[in-house]
Amino acid sequence: MSLCALPSPARRALLATAGGCFAWAFLPRWALAAGGRDMRFVTIVLRGALDGLSAVAPVGDPDYAGLHGALALGRDGPHAALPLDGFFGLNPAMPVFASLFARREAAVVHATATAYRDRSHFDGQDVLESGQPAPGLTASGWLNRALALLPPGERVGPTRGLAVGAVSPLVMRGPTAVLGWAPQAMPAAGDDLAERLLALYASRDPALHDSLASGLASTRLAGNDRMSPKGRMDRPDGMVQAAAGAARLLAAPDGPRIAALAFDGWDTHVNEGGATGRLAQLLGGLDGAIAAFRDGLGSAWADTTIVAVTEFGRTARINGTVGTDHGTGTVAFLAGGAVKGGRVLADWPGLRPAQLYEGRDLAPTTDLRAILKGVLATQWGLSPVALAATVFPGSEAIQPDARLFT
Amino acid sequence: MGPPDQQATIALQRFGLGPRPGSRDAITDGRAALHAELAHADAALIYADTGEMLGLEGTAGATRSVYAASEARRTLDGAALSSAAATTAPAGRSEAAVEASQARLASLKILGNAAERLYRAEALARFRRAATAPIGFAERLVAFWSNHFCVSVAKGEIARATAGSFEREAIRPFVLGRFADMLIAVERHPAMVVFLDNATSTGPEARAGRNGAKGLNENLGREILELHTLGVDGRYSQADVTAFARVLTGWTVAGRDGRRGEPGTFAFDSAMHQPGPATVLDRGYPPGGYGQGEAVLNDLAAHPATARHLATKLVRHFIADPPPPGAVARLASVFTAHDGDLKAVSLALIDLPDAWSLPLTGLRDPFGFLIAAYRLLDLSIADPGALLGGLRTLGMPLWEPPGPNGFPDGVAAWGSPEGLKLRLDASAQLALRASMAGDPTALLDAAFGSTASVETRAAVLRAESRQQAVALLLMSPEFQRS
Repeated sequence: MSLCALPSPARRALLATAGGCFAWAFLPRWALAAGGRDMRFVTIVLRGALDGLSAVAPVGDPDYAGLHGALALGRDGPHAALPLDGFFGLNPAMPVFASLFARREAAVVHATATAYRDRSHFDGQDVLESGQPAPGLTASGWLNRALALLPPGERVGPTRGLAVGAVSPLVMRGPTAVLGWAPQAMPAAGDDLAERLLALYASRDPALHDSLASGLASTRLAGNDRMSPKGRMDRPDGMVQAAAGAARLLAAPDGPRIAALAFDGWDTHVNEGGATGRLAQLLGGLDGAIAAFRDGLGSAWADTTIVAVTEFGRTARINGTVGTDHGTGTVAFLAGGAVKGGRVLADWPGLRPAQLYEGRDLAPTTDLRAILKGVLATQWGLSPVALAATVFPGSEAIQPDARLFT
Repeated sequence: MGPPDQQATIALQRFGLGPRPGSRDAITDGRAALHAELAHADAALIYADTGEMLGLEGTAGATRSVYAASEARRTLDGAALSSAAATTAPAGRSEAAVEASQARLASLKILGNAAERLYRAEALARFRRAATAPIGFAERLVAFWSNHFCVSVAKGEIARATAGSFEREAIRPFVLGRFADMLIAVERHPAMVVFLDNATSTGPEARAGRNGAKGLNENLGREILELHTLGVDGRYSQADVTAFARVLTGWTVAGRDGRRGEPGTFAFDSAMHQPGPATVLDRGYPPGGYGQGEAVLNDLAAHPATARHLATKLVRHFIADPPPPGAVARLASVFTAHDGDLKAVSLALIDLPDAWSLPLTGLRDPFGFLIAAYRLLDLSIADPGALLGGLRTLGMPLWEPPGPNGFPDGVAAWGSPEGLKLRLDASAQLALRASMAGDPTALLDAAFGSTASVETRAAVLRAESRQQAVALLLMSPEFQRS
C-alpha cells in the first residue's frame, strides 16, 4: 500500500477530506470573496416546524389574537412582544436578536415557505435541506452543492464547509467534502492510533478514510473542551455550545467559511407556551446561539450572514391541546454584520379565514429560496443560472432577492 | 452462499450483533443458524418477572412508582419545611434532627429518581440480552421495530419510566408475530398515546369537546399514516389525517385519579370520542367507539402501501442502501401473502439471495457497534451507565430519537466525519477495558476467521500495544461494515 506522508496534528487540521493526500506546497490560502471581503455564512435548520406566529407575532393584525388564543403575544403587559416595526413584535425570549435588529444587523422574513406544501416533517425537511422542489429527489444538500460551485484554488480552501453535530445535517451532505465537528464528551484517541487507522482505511475503505480524516481535522481546529457536557441540540445550552464551537472554527484564518447546524425540538403540538414556556425556551437557545456567533466571530462578524430556517410553519389557530399542528407559512431569521437589517420583509397575506392557506395556515407569500439565493448571489458570487441549475433545481422563476444583504 | 467462514461473517455482521468468542465455530450454515435463532418462541421476549432482571415493572407499575415518588417528594418537602422552621429556634439543631434530615435526603434520592431507576433497569435488561444472544438477529429485529415505532424519553418523567416497558409490551411480543397486532398494541400503549399527544385530543362534537375547552390534536393520526403504516408516499390527504385523528379521539390514558381505570393503563374515554361515522382513505367506518379505531388500524396494516413501506425499510436496514427493488418486491409480497406475519417476513429476509451475495456496504449504528464490541471483548455489563453514555456521545441515546421518525438509518447518517471520529475515541476507551489475556491474533480470528483482510491483519499485528491492536480491530472496516 502506498501512502502519502501523514501530517502532523497541526497540519492535519488543515487537511481536507477529499482524496486525503495533498501537496503541502499548494495548500491554498484563504482569499477574498467578491468585493475583497472574507465572508462567513451559517445556516441553522430548526427541525420540527417553528411557529412563526409565536416567534414574530403580527400584533398589528386584528385577527391574530383571536386565532392564536392563549399563545398570542401582546403589545403590552408583562409578556409583551419586543417591538420591531409597529406591526410585528418579537418573542421576548430573543433580546439579543432584538438589539441586533435595532442596530440593523438582523432581519426577519415573514410568511415564507419552501416549495413544499404538505405537512410531513421529514419530507418538509428534505425539501428545505436538499433544495429540491419535492422530497426524495437527492441525498445531497443545497449548501453542499453551492460549495462545489465556488471557485477552487486561491479563493477557497479545502476545508471550506463545516457540518456541526454527531450526525451531519442533510443540508451539508453531498459530494463536496466538509469538516465535521460536534461538542465532545469523551477523551480523544491518541494521534498514533488515529494515523494507523487512517492508513488502514486508505488501503481498504477510502470512504471511511475521507470521513474520519475530516472528523479528526476539525476537532483540533475547534479547540474542543473535554470538560464540556454533551451536545443536546434540543436544549438552549447545547445550542449555545454548538454555536460557540462553530464560531471558533469559522473565525480561524484557515478555518471553514460556510457552516450548517441543526437545532431540534420545535414541534410544539402541546402546551407550546407564548412569551414563556417551551417554545420561548427554544427561542432563547437560538438567541443565545446567535450571541455566541457574534462574540466568537469577533471582527469577522461584520462579514457574516446567519440564516435560521424551518421546514414549515404551524396552524394559525391553536389546537385543542394549547399547541399548534403542522402548517405552512412561517418566519426565517437573519443575523450578522453582512445583513441589511432592521426590517421585517413580508408581503403580509392577512389572517382572515379566507386568507389562510387551506383555511388553517399562514399563507406563504415569499419563497424562501429567493432569500437563500440572495445570500449566495450577493455574497458568494454565484450566478442565477448556476443557482437554478445546481443549488435549487427547478427554481428558475424565483429570482435571488438581494434586498437584505450587503 | 459461500464457504462456512464467509457465511458466519455475513450472519453475524449483516443480521446479527457480531461474534462473541466461539460463536463463529458454531455456524456452519449461516441461514440455518439464523432460522434456528428465530425458532425459539420467546427469542424476542424479556419478561418483567424473571429473576435475573430485577427491578423491571409493567407500564402501570412504573407509572405508579413515578406517582409514588412525586408523592414522597411532596411529603418530604413539607417535612423539611416544618423541620427548618423548628430549627430556627435559638436552641439550634440537635444532632438527631440533622440525622433525620440526612435520612430524609437519602430516601428522597431513591424515591425521587423512580423514572431514572426504571430507565436504567430497562436499559440493563436490553443491553444484557443483546450482549448474550447467540447471533443477535432477534435483537436486531427488536431494535428495528422499536425504532420504527419509537417513543422518546425526552417527553417527560413518565415517558422515561415507561419507554422500556413499552418495548417489552408492545414491540417484543410481536416481532415474530403479526404486524397488525404490533400496530394496535403500539398505538394504544400509554407511552405512544402520550408521546404523540393523543391523550387529550378531543372530538369537536364529543361530549367533552362541545364547550370548546379541548379539541383535536392530529399528531398521532398523521404519524401513524406517514411513519407507522403507509409511508409518506402512501397517497393520503390532509382530510384523511383529520378524519383519522377524529377516529382516534378518546384513545387516552387512565390518569392519576383512577377515574378511567388503573392509572397508567390505556383507556377509551367515550366522552372525548368524536361520535358518528368516519371516512378514511375512501373507506367508510360506521360509528363504533373504540372499535372504529381498531378497524382503521387493521385496514392500514393490510394496505399494499404499508407492505411496500415496511419492506423498503427492512431491506435498506439489513441488505443494502439503496434497497434493491427485487428484494423489496419479494419481501412485500411475503408480507401480504402471510397476512403481515413478521416471522415469515424475517425468514424471507434471510432467504433473499442478495443477503448472501452483496458485499457488506452498510455501517453498524452506534447501538450495533457498541454491543458488538462488548460481545467480542466479552465485557460484563454490571451497570448500564457506560453504554448509555456511549450511545449518547455517538448520537444515539437510548429511546431518545430526535423525532417520531426515529434515528436515521444508513451510512450517510452514521458515517459522518464527527461520528467516525467519536467512534475512534470510543474504541480507544473500550480497548482500555479489554482483558490483557490472550494475543490479538486470537481475537482477530474470533472476530473474522479467515475473512479478515491482509491489511487489517497486518495493522492489528503491528500495533504498538495490545490496547492499540484492539482499538484498530474495533475500527477496522470488517468490524464496522454491516
